[in-house]
Amino acid sequence: MNKLVRFFLFIAVVSAVLLYAISSLNSSQGYSGGNTLTVFNWGDYIDPDLIKKFEKETGIKVIYETFDSNEAMMTKIEQGGTNYDIAVPSEYMIDKMRQEDLLIPLDHSKLPNLKHIDKRFMDLQFDPENKYSIPYFWGTVGIVYNPKMLHGKEITSWNDLWDPDLKNEILLTDGAREVIGMGLNSLGYSLNDTNKQHLVEAKEKLDTLTPNIKAIVGDEIKMLLANQEASVGLVWSGDASEIMSENEDLDYVVPKEGSNLWFDNMVIPKTAKNIEAAHKFINFMLDPKVAAKNTDYVGYSTPNKGALKYMPKEVVEDERFYPSPELTEKLEVYENLGKKNLAYYNELFLQFKMHRK
Amino acid sequence: MENKRTRGLYRIPYLLWILLFVVVPILLVLYYSFFDIEGNFSFVNYQKFFTPVYLKMTLSSFWYAFLITAISLLISYPTAYLLTKTRHKQLWLLLIIVPSWINLLLKAYAFIGIFGTYGAANSFLKMIGIGSRQILFTDFSFVFVSVYIFIPFMILPIFNALNELNPTFIDAANDLGASKWTTFRRVIFPLTIDGVKSGCQVTFIPALSLFMLTRLIAGNRVITLGTSIEQHFLVTQDWGMGSTIAVFLIIIMVLIMVVTGTRKRGV
Amino acid sequence: MDKKITPLSKIFLAVIFFILYAPIFFLVIFSFNSGETMYNFKGFSLEWYRELFQDTRLLIIVLNTIVVAFLSALFSTIIGVLGALAIHQAKKRQTKNTLLSLNNVLIVSPDVIIGASFLILFTMAGLKLGFYSVLLSHIAFSIPIVVLMVLPKLMEMSPTLIDAARDLGASSWNVVTKVIIPFITPGIFAGFFMALTYSLDDFAVTFFVTGNGFSTLSVEIYSLARRGISLNINALSTLLFLFTLLLVVIYYFITQRNKPNGMGVRKR
Repeated sequence: MNKLVRFFLFIAVVSAVLLYAISSLNSSQGYSGGNTLTVFNWGDYIDPDLIKKFEKETGIKVIYETFDSNEAMMTKIEQGGTNYDIAVPSEYMIDKMRQEDLLIPLDHSKLPNLKHIDKRFMDLQFDPENKYSIPYFWGTVGIVYNPKMLHGKEITSWNDLWDPDLKNEILLTDGAREVIGMGLNSLGYSLNDTNKQHLVEAKEKLDTLTPNIKAIVGDEIKMLLANQEASVGLVWSGDASEIMSENEDLDYVVPKEGSNLWFDNMVIPKTAKNIEAAHKFINFMLDPKVAAKNTDYVGYSTPNKGALKYMPKEVVEDERFYPSPELTEKLEVYENLGKKNLAYYNELFLQFKMHRK
Repeated sequence: MENKRTRGLYRIPYLLWILLFVVVPILLVLYYSFFDIEGNFSFVNYQKFFTPVYLKMTLSSFWYAFLITAISLLISYPTAYLLTKTRHKQLWLLLIIVPSWINLLLKAYAFIGIFGTYGAANSFLKMIGIGSRQILFTDFSFVFVSVYIFIPFMILPIFNALNELNPTFIDAANDLGASKWTTFRRVIFPLTIDGVKSGCQVTFIPALSLFMLTRLIAGNRVITLGTSIEQHFLVTQDWGMGSTIAVFLIIIMVLIMVVTGTRKRGV
Repeated sequence: MDKKITPLSKIFLAVIFFILYAPIFFLVIFSFNSGETMYNFKGFSLEWYRELFQDTRLLIIVLNTIVVAFLSALFSTIIGVLGALAIHQAKKRQTKNTLLSLNNVLIVSPDVIIGASFLILFTMAGLKLGFYSVLLSHIAFSIPIVVLMVLPKLMEMSPTLIDAARDLGASSWNVVTKVIIPFITPGIFAGFFMALTYSLDDFAVTFFVTGNGFSTLSVEIYSLARRGISLNINALSTLLFLFTLLLVVIYYFITQRNKPNGMGVRKR
């Protein structure tokens, strides 16, 4: 009994000491009280130096909190109990959040730097007139492949993936819309198709791809592809640029049938307490020099036209990651199809996954 | 001395916990399970559970949980037994637990590296002349990593049971001329059955709802009820269906508890 | 039962320990990578460690994680032991089974469900999300594992032991502190350490119930996955691992010295 009590007392004392350390650290960093701004973003999705710069310029202390999926983030904002001043959801989420009344309209007069954003990325279907959101980064969905491992074979279209030579060589991203979308695109249908027959057709076509599929994975796809675990992968362009900077043998292609165009966007959720500071932050991030520095750190494509001239030429001119307007014309942005259709996509995706067993 | 009422006071924190953190969430889950994806009251989720897709998933969850538990037990029992024979046994026991304090995602990434085509495991296979194999994204790697995770949970209760074993029983059995195997089967094992049971429960029950590893290590070749709940909550946002599966998981767990449950001593 | 360990058994134990520590060695090795990833070892460097020591935000997160783990393990162990006693002392078999089933509900429920329902619970109760909501949830989901670790020890205890103590005139309090608790101490420690494991490993529940700037290490690590986990996390894990190892060994030898007979080791 004595030993137990002593042990527990020891733990209690250590905890008390640590609690004291945390609170003094927090106050020395200026996190407690005063003028703060809470940013809710994907992990490591901003250059930390820029946060420091913003803090220095404005005197506002930034608290950086992270999430790992759009839906989990939405649940947190929906339930409240904590105040996020800025969030960075993907485009299909904006429509959903707007419908559920989770967003605060932006005051464009406080965002003079908005003029730097490329016009073709403004006023899109998911948020007309950019009433609630400002694009942060954008990209495409495509195929990363290793020409060396494929003995010089080139991949240009979705249908190339059905080549029997690619047996057990393909990694897919674990997303219903990406994978079913690939099936739809390969058949010439729209990514936002809700016609059940088309969807079933797409799923059946995907079933015939099973021998070629090595695995359906999440974020670890980057590590697997760069490490040549497989020679072909269905990925987002942001991941692709990261993979290719690790392993130079690899190439990225947006299939000619068309594909998805995605955006991550800054919004002010209804949980915001410091709306003034939130506008300041968005405007700060839209500054061309800041955007260029952030793009250099994150490695995704920036929608900030003004930033392009501060960036290295070979990056800006890389058509794979900054495709021409003609190509982006052909790409589709995901529409919010409504819960019911989305559930159907997931149902089919689940059946497809189970089919592989 | 104390009357009956004050003697029951010690139960209050635990019962309060059950009420707030078990009963209320169960009610919440039950409540959600009766709503379809558009928020209308219906039994459609329950109908959906009895379609081949979900029944197959239930069976496969069971199969893998069983496999994981059985293999964990086969490895943990001798390990726990041998640990009780070492000199610094408490230290060794702690050292069994320490690896479980490193973040699971990091360990999973490490396993991806080790089991990969160019990883250490394949280099070893090549060295001993078997040649390179696909290890990652197979049933083997999935079960291996799951067992890896659950081993400490299995070893602890078994170790505790073995450690307190009264050596005189074993001496008595030996004196009576029992063989080692008979001693184990008739004396040691029955005396440690409670520890074994506890170890199996803390392995089998969470193994039913494993997720994450099914994607990271098995590349979604294994799909369990846990994976599906995860999907429904975090991707489809169909909390109704997710809750329905959870209801069935709880029912299954209760059935297991009743079947393997507290029979009177002297089994 | 042989007292000696045969060489074969030694090999068996060595293999088990090797497998248990293999992924950790892997992480440790890559913490010294001069490259950026966990699969391509480019050369030796201490760069990640240097970066780590400049990151105050990460330091706060680490301390948060440890405090939550310690406190939640402490409280859940106390409540869990009381719970195990309650279950053990229940007279009817049915009560026992019901309590045990309720006990295990949180073990069988996937983390997202626990997280989401706790989140709803806390917002309904008007609790501000942050340290206390995270601590409360960690206590809540660690209690069942403690119960399951303590219960078998209680069941092993022979009822005659308690009767004997009672016959000698011991009060209930004395029976509990002098007879029951010492007997189940190994189970209590097992429960404590497993609760610690649960708390350190949890991501989903913490994510849902945290807020207002409070974060733990696993939330941080999981959210890094999309952009790729930076190797300073490996460096951090390495340091934490070595520190824990040191602590465990020191703790063990201190308790050894205080008790010449070891921790309840039965001498033959």
